[in-house]
Amino acid sequence: MKLLKLVPDHTNLDFMRWRNVAVVLSTVATIVSLAFTFYRGLNLGVDFVGGQVVRVTFAQPVNVEQLRGQVDGLHLGEASIQEFGSAKTVQIRLPKPSGGDAAANVAATQVKQLIAKDYPGARVDSVDTVSGKVSEELAEDSAKAIVFAMLGIAIYIWWRFEWQFGVGALLTLAHDIAMTLGFFAFTRLQVDLNVVAAFLTIVGYSLNDTVVIYDRIRENLRKYRKMAILPLLNLSLNETLARTVVTSLTVLIALGVLMLIGPEVIFGLAIAIFLGVLIGTYSSIYISAPVLVWLGVQPDSFLKGDEKESDDKEAQPA
Amino acid sequence: MLDFPKWKVWLVSIVVAIGVLLSIPSLIGGTPYASSWPKWLPQYKISLGLDLAGGSHLLLEADANDMQKQRLQSMEDSVSTELRRDPKIDIGDISTAGGRLSFMVRNPTQLDAAVERMRTLTRPVGLTGNRDWDVGVVDSTRIVLSPTADGTARALKDAMGVARDVVRRRIDPGGTKEITVVTEGGNRILVQVPGVEDPDALKKLIGQTARLEFKLVDLTANPTDVQQGRAPPGSQVLPMADGSGAIAVKRRVMVSGDQLTDASQQFDQDGRPDINIKFNTAGARRFARTTQENVGKPFAIILDDKVLSAPNINEPILGGNAQISGNFTVQSAHDLAVSLASGKLPVKLNVIEERSIGPDLGRDSIHKGVIASLIGTVGVMIFMLVTYGRFGVYANIALIVNAFLILGIMAMFNATLTLPGIAGFILTIGAAVDANVLINERIREEVRRGRRLIDAVETGYREAMHAIVDANVTHVISASIMAYFGSGPVRGFAVVLLIGVVTSVFTAVYFTRMLVALWIRRARPRVLPI
Repeated sequence: MKLLKLVPDHTNLDFMRWRNVAVVLSTVATIVSLAFTFYRGLNLGVDFVGGQVVRVTFAQPVNVEQLRGQVDGLHLGEASIQEFGSAKTVQIRLPKPSGGDAAANVAATQVKQLIAKDYPGARVDSVDTVSGKVSEELAEDSAKAIVFAMLGIAIYIWWRFEWQFGVGALLTLAHDIAMTLGFFAFTRLQVDLNVVAAFLTIVGYSLNDTVVIYDRIRENLRKYRKMAILPLLNLSLNETLARTVVTSLTVLIALGVLMLIGPEVIFGLAIAIFLGVLIGTYSSIYISAPVLVWLGVQPDSFLKGDEKESDDKEAQPA
Repeated sequence: MLDFPKWKVWLVSIVVAIGVLLSIPSLIGGTPYASSWPKWLPQYKISLGLDLAGGSHLLLEADANDMQKQRLQSMEDSVSTELRRDPKIDIGDISTAGGRLSFMVRNPTQLDAAVERMRTLTRPVGLTGNRDWDVGVVDSTRIVLSPTADGTARALKDAMGVARDVVRRRIDPGGTKEITVVTEGGNRILVQVPGVEDPDALKKLIGQTARLEFKLVDLTANPTDVQQGRAPPGSQVLPMADGSGAIAVKRRVMVSGDQLTDASQQFDQDGRPDINIKFNTAGARRFARTTQENVGKPFAIILDDKVLSAPNINEPILGGNAQISGNFTVQSAHDLAVSLASGKLPVKLNVIEERSIGPDLGRDSIHKGVIASLIGTVGVMIFMLVTYGRFGVYANIALIVNAFLILGIMAMFNATLTLPGIAGFILTIGAAVDANVLINERIREEVRRGRRLIDAVETGYREAMHAIVDANVTHVISASIMAYFGSGPVRGFAVVLLIGVVTSVFTAVYFTRMLVALWIRRARPRVLPI
């Protein structure tokens, strides 16, 4: 059987030649993403701002405008109504009521009654009510979790490799998170607790490629002590390219299926991780490796004094 | 590479077999095959989260102000009882302004004695030597009792423990349902009830403090004063539960709900629902004595500071049984009976988060999740097969075993599968092959460098190990942080990821290594099909 090789056996792509272009592009993209997130804001779900969400599946496709008019007629504040997966399923979101928990209940009951009266055969799938107090805490905890995860991983890499690698990993992560945030700000996709789980997963998985590449760079640094840093990085990237491509593809296959035919409720989570993997694959090559050059990593950077004396005889570039 | 010893083969095989056995009850649960699973085999099952099973989720928080108020109130009672005892110490009105309790001692020579007796009312907290109340003197005649932070924290902790039990008894008097009632973060209680779609009834049942008290009606009170909320000394004005004005009652409690042994809904002579309550011995005695002394006078039945009814005492009630009447429906009488029988909530609980999921949505989600998992897995397997051939087959077998192991371990720990958990599962499937990809690519590299076959496989496994460990530790870090900070669904996702990382390393590294070793030993290949 002839095996599929997406990456030919002896690639010799000059990744590092484009490193300045890539870094300029990435910097611009990161700044644009952050600016976008900052000015336009994220479409935060009730988990983080409080309020109510009622999800309803109707017997027939429903006219969203008409439903909006009916819900507005209840005078419950500015309701947002969106299709959710299909024309039959909608999500009705109500702002946090001013009258405390009792008022929130009344609001949900009114919406449920309206639907039961005007749309026979409709079923209420879920009702979420989150008070302002909890939502603030959830937002705070989520932000903390993401920051701690990033720091934890950077420290691990610093400990296992060298500080330059830790810094590189941290920058790569910041880049990936910023881009994903920008995507959510741009598309107005709702950010709920699940999406935070996705961000944390990106923190773990986008570094996957980076770690494997760093591992190879370290190995090659020990092996080819006379090689200049740029060719060495290129060599390491080429050697790991087949693995990078294959692994990213398997993860993308699995997530793509989940995104396309999985339950709607976790669409946000699936698309965030999907995107994170794509961005993470790119950044592991064009952010994490070049960073090492600027931080002054040299073939003899990590050798102890006596090791520098001895020469390597067996190793030659493949 | 070839020296994969027999005992290791056995060990790996046994682990795999146990994993498969553990996972089967969860897989066949709910199907006709479930009953044919032998009783002597493991019966562990994964439980479904609310988002998959449908149900209600409530997060309750203790009301700190109410808590404070109650502590002051009970301290006020203790203080007046204590000082009335022989030798009596005369004091002025007790004030509870500013969250502190203060009163004036009329006779200055008794001040030291009063302070001493106040000290006996406080209790030490923990091992620090701090007490739950500070006793101090201001203006040389005024004694001030202020709650200490340690005391408040301790009282909250005790109250939460009791509240959790009370909530459980109220939702599930029989102790038979699969409900979750746990305290969270010191002042919260999380309640999850699968299958119950309407959380309103649940909230009503939980929300009632159910502090039941019997007090005599103050007949000396001036009705106009009562309307304006003023009562004679020793009495207080309380609203009627049905909203029909207010009534003045004596402050002193005849009998309270603490002395109940049971409560049940029944019907009175006219067929109206009421509640029958039974007192314990001490309660029965006090109830008998008070009713004997007050025949012909009305007494008030008070629930959570609202007067349910104020019937006349027609004759002494001696048997320790009493009926509570009010404007009840069968349901409200039943709910109140359950609330009374389960004890009173030591602190008011507010609902701060509420989620309910319909069972249909849950079924849809499982269905879509299972289909997505299957298609995703098949997609990954085909890709692995065409990329690595025989080594891809081994990776695929490892992938399936991995799926069984994840389910088996989840079942063993009785972990809850949530919707994001399914996402975690699919993600794990996609990433689980990574270790094999690393190994296989490394073997290809070694072959290209001209290493001998067995050498190439050996080196491939050994050299890939660094990268596998480092890559997986990063996942473990992020998943652990998710499990620690995350609530509900996020934690479910994290748990699946964590288990998946461990099982995928085991299957991808040890299990495939065993398969490869056995194959090489048997077939003695000359070229590696990779």
